[in-house]
Amino acid sequence: MRLTLPLLPGIMVFGAAFGAGAAHKGLSLFEAMLSSGLVFAGAAQLVSLALWQDHWTFGSTLAITLVVFAINARMILMGAALHHWFKTASPMWRWFSLYLFTDANWILGVRYHQDGGRDYGMFVGSGVLLWLVWLLVTVPGYLLGALVPDPKTWGIDLVMPIIFAVMLIPLWKGKQAALPWLVAAVVSIVVMQAVQGYAFIVVGALAGALTGAFMPEAQADV
Amino acid sequence: MSDLLLERLGTSWGALQALFCMAAATYLCRLGGVWLMDHLPPSPRLRRALGALPGSIIISTVVPLGVMGGSAALVALAVAMLVMFKLRRDVLALVAGMVTVALLRQMGL
Repeated sequence: MRLTLPLLPGIMVFGAAFGAGAAHKGLSLFEAMLSSGLVFAGAAQLVSLALWQDHWTFGSTLAITLVVFAINARMILMGAALHHWFKTASPMWRWFSLYLFTDANWILGVRYHQDGGRDYGMFVGSGVLLWLVWLLVTVPGYLLGALVPDPKTWGIDLVMPIIFAVMLIPLWKGKQAALPWLVAAVVSIVVMQAVQGYAFIVVGALAGALTGAFMPEAQADV
Repeated sequence: MSDLLLERLGTSWGALQALFCMAAATYLCRLGGVWLMDHLPPSPRLRRALGALPGSIIISTVVPLGVMGGSAALVALAVAMLVMFKLRRDVLALVAGMVTVALLRQMGL
C-alpha cells in the first residue's frame, strides 16, 4: 500500500491521457468510462483507440479483441509467476480479485513477496485503489481534452518501466540469475526489432524462464 | 436496453460488444497464468522456470522499452537502478528516475 501511492501521480496522468485520447477519437464519456472500468489496462486501452470504429463489424470487433489480447498476454506470465500467492485465496475470491490484476500491483506484489510478505489483502487493496483512481481520472481527462499534457513530455510514459527496473535489483540473487536475464534481454530486443507490437515481453520472458528451467538444480534453488 | 437508452448514453450495440470483448480478452489474460499453474503438474524444472520468470518478465519489458525510449529513458533507468542498488530505497529510486527523465525530456533529449 505504501508503495502504491508514489505510483499514483504517474498513473493518474496516464488515465487522464486515455480520457483525452478517447474524447479526441469520438468516444462518448460513457464508453471511455466503460473501457477504464471494464478493460482496466492502460496500454491496451490506448492502442485500442487507434482501432476504434464508428460502425462495428464482426471483423473490426475481432481485430480490436485480438490486439488487446496480444498486448495483455504478458499478464498470463505475470499471473503464473505469482501463482503461489494467488493460491492462498479461496477460489471465488481469487477469480474475483484477479480482475484487479495490473502491472502495478504485480510488481509491488513481487517486491512484497521478496520481503517475505504473504498477506493477500495487499494485492486486493492496491488493486481496488488503482481501479478507482483509474476510473475517476478518465473523467477530467475526457472533459479537459487538449489541456492534459502529453505523458511523453514529462516522461510519465516511463513510470512503469522505471519501477520495474528498480524492483529488479532486489531480485538479483547472485550469478545464477545472470544467464536467464541475459537471454531474456537479447531475445526481447531481437523480437522488438523484428515484430511490431508488444510480443517482445512475452517471448523474451518465456526465453528467460526456459533458460532457468534447464539450469543446474543447485544454482537455481534459492 | 432500448436503443433510445443507448443513444442517451452516447453508445451503440456495436461499441458495447467491442468493449465487452476487449474486457473479456483482458480478464482471460489475468486469469490465464494462474489457471494454467493450477493444472500443470509440478516438477523441479517448472519450479526453476517460475523462479527465473519474474526477473525475465522485468528484463523483457524494461530493456526494449528503454531502447525505444531513447537516451533520456536509458539514463533515467540507470539512475533509478543505481539509487536502488546503493540505498535500497525503492520510492527514492523511482523519484530519482522520474526526475531524471523529466529533466532530460524538457531539455529536448
